[in-house]
Amino acid sequence: MGAQIRVYRDKIRSTSSMKKIFKAMELIATARVGKARSRAQASTPYAEAITRAVAAVAAQDDIDHVLTEKVAQPQRAAVLIMASDRGLAGAYSTNVIKQSESLLATLKDQGVEARPYLYGRKAQAFYDFRSREYDQVWTGNTDNPVVTVGQEIGKTLVDRFIQPTEEGGVDEIYLVYTEFQSMVTQEPVVKRLLPLAVVEADEPAAHPLYEFEPSAEEVLDALLPKYIESRIFSAMLEASASELAARQRAMKSAGDNANDLILKYTLLRNNARQAEITQELSELIAGADALASS
Amino acid sequence: MAALDVQVVAVDHAVWSGEAKALTGRTVDGDIGILPGHTPVLALLAEGELTIEPVAGGPVRAHVKGGFFSVDDDKVTIVADEADIQS
Repeated sequence: MGAQIRVYRDKIRSTSSMKKIFKAMELIATARVGKARSRAQASTPYAEAITRAVAAVAAQDDIDHVLTEKVAQPQRAAVLIMASDRGLAGAYSTNVIKQSESLLATLKDQGVEARPYLYGRKAQAFYDFRSREYDQVWTGNTDNPVVTVGQEIGKTLVDRFIQPTEEGGVDEIYLVYTEFQSMVTQEPVVKRLLPLAVVEADEPAAHPLYEFEPSAEEVLDALLPKYIESRIFSAMLEASASELAARQRAMKSAGDNANDLILKYTLLRNNARQAEITQELSELIAGADALASS
Repeated sequence: MAALDVQVVAVDHAVWSGEAKALTGRTVDGDIGILPGHTPVLALLAEGELTIEPVAGGPVRAHVKGGFFSVDDDKVTIVADEADIQS
């Protein structure tokens, strides 16, 4: 058998086994993205309830609280970057990191020192490869976030925020993650978590006058860290849905490309086979002619 | 009689929701009972029992830990770090 045919045959074989893997990964991602979305949805009642409560308390503007005060001249900012643990998700991690890079550049222009906090092994690898410093990293389970990790991240960031600036505390906290808009669109976004700009105020100034137990300050003390944790956790859930959707799309196009390659190699293999047959035939005929004429 | 619209949510899922006649919970200051028409309250929850008396059926008991509790215009939202319904 011709060497050329064997090369093509091997290529076809390896490409089709890769195609099977891509297909399997696509199916897994499809199955899990649904679950990730329903988890993100299941956490919305909590996020909504806590946002409403924080907005209600913060609307009583006679309360001064560390977490709501804006520093006139911020000096240091914590940036939490949410990438994925695994690759094979197209440009998912790259896009988030790119977004975070432009945030870091903006902060630098404003004279703010940025302290990166990383979530996901891909973000860590990006920083390690460039020997850049980061304050803390959390890895594992980016495609299936755990509540406790979200709480831990929230606590770390809030603690850092409460610390005075002179002792290494931060004045602002930013969050960079991928927003899940639909199965085909996921947008990397930057959100400022602290100082607080309470979001999603549907009905402005319509908050009832609450009675607080034990006191407004204590309620706010307890609520705000929870609010931050819940914002971080819902960002984690949304990022995980985005990651899986990105992976599904990447694996789909990888499978399609594998198909194209197989078609191309099959054509080349057939060409090579035909060329070999033609060559053998002409050799035979030429041989017979040579014998007959001698 | 007006009924309370109760929602119990934990960090990652909704635990219970429905209409209730009354409910009692434990805040950091002590037990609190809510009937329809209660004035708006925002209170911190302590670890303890939460008892809901639904409009229909027997009382629902849940063990809640951490979180808060808001009452506003007969809408009661219990936001807990952890909440388990006990049968």
